[in-house]
Amino acid sequence: MKPAPLKYMAATSLDHALRLKADYGGEASFLAGGQSLIPTMNFRLAQPAVLIDINQLSDLAGIARDGQTIHIGAMTRYRALERDPLLADALPLMTEALPHIAHPQIRNRGTLGGNLAHADPASEMPAIVVALGGRLRARSAAAERWIEARDFFVGPLTTALHDDEMLVEIELPAPVPRSGSCFMEVARRRGDFAMVGIALMLTLGKNGDCSSIRIALCGAGETPVDASDAASGLIGQPIDGEAIGDVAASVQQSIDPPGNMQASKEFQRHLAGVLVKRALRAAWERATHG
Amino acid sequence: MDSEKHDIVVTVNGMRYLRQAEARMLLSDFIRHELLLAGTHVGCEHGVCGACTILFDGHPVRACLMLAPQANGHEITTVEGLAPSPDQLHPLQQAMHDKHGLQCGYCTPGILMTMTAFLAEHPVPDEAQVREALSGNLCRCTGYQHIVDAVLEAAEKMRDVK
Repeated sequence: MKPAPLKYMAATSLDHALRLKADYGGEASFLAGGQSLIPTMNFRLAQPAVLIDINQLSDLAGIARDGQTIHIGAMTRYRALERDPLLADALPLMTEALPHIAHPQIRNRGTLGGNLAHADPASEMPAIVVALGGRLRARSAAAERWIEARDFFVGPLTTALHDDEMLVEIELPAPVPRSGSCFMEVARRRGDFAMVGIALMLTLGKNGDCSSIRIALCGAGETPVDASDAASGLIGQPIDGEAIGDVAASVQQSIDPPGNMQASKEFQRHLAGVLVKRALRAAWERATHG
Repeated sequence: MDSEKHDIVVTVNGMRYLRQAEARMLLSDFIRHELLLAGTHVGCEHGVCGACTILFDGHPVRACLMLAPQANGHEITTVEGLAPSPDQLHPLQQAMHDKHGLQCGYCTPGILMTMTAFLAEHPVPDEAQVREALSGNLCRCTGYQHIVDAVLEAAEKMRDVK
């Protein structure tokens, strides 16, 4: 229950952090909030030889809106996200999911970037950024690139980041008018990882028909599962009880949940169907009544 | 493997300390074994039980999910810093005593640190908010009811004082 010996360095600037990462590569991990990394180190499931602490890099924290785009620095803590009126107004889907993340003490320390880079498939935020169709900015000492959220998560605890890269920014589009969203999850206990969770975002056309729908699930696969294709039959259709049932059945068929100690494969599939119906109804209601 | 010691200057309960520690030392162990402030308890050491909750720059965090060198230059409050004087308890400590909010007491320091910060942010909480705020601290003795009673009573008393 104690971390293995390691070398610790507190980076004083982003360039400093990236130079250190370029030097140490895969031997080194960035230490952001540490709320996933340190428990795995305490269990010795992770034994990074080098930790590059990036908590002093205050430039990496912050939330800003530029027209229809929301920019969130990777070191922005959940605590700041939860209390940000701009975020609640622009991205209610994210605000709705935040209280489901662990407990207040963890959210006081945990960061959005650290969570995404940890890439736990049962975690809420990966599903949120996939459902919102966001993109992520990665930087190395030499270069920078943007990665679409849906391409970022490549497996359990595995991302598209290279050994010399850091996730520095998350960019999310604000929903267009006549949109509604909903996040829900089912967990055995408050604050536990979800057995299944859903992030759903839909937009209505002028006649009230569905004009777009995006669904991402957490806990339902090896990465956040993008089930938008399975729901695409709803596009151009009026939303009613039957259509909602069809989307739920289609999403259930499209996923292959892993099953775990808390919930069997079959139960997870069942929950996914229930959550699709509930979240779709709630998002539809919100899109209709603003 | 690296056993280099890091200088750590940290203010705890208003007192400045300078100590050395290996990077891998958890902040919870640093507080207990280097600063000899054993009021911060250690339960699960992976962030689940909440017994080691401290205030880090004013906000409740798990001391077992931070490394000692991360505290360098920061301000910490532990349960030893709550009571205003040796013969007077913090209103929440007093309410925990009056309402039987503890039996074995192991989880109590973590609960006090979590809930004093909660009360500062929510001076007029309802029961549901108190239970939500308590959700990150495990207590195996009380069934939580008396802790909830204590927090609600402390909120009332603290409002009367103001």
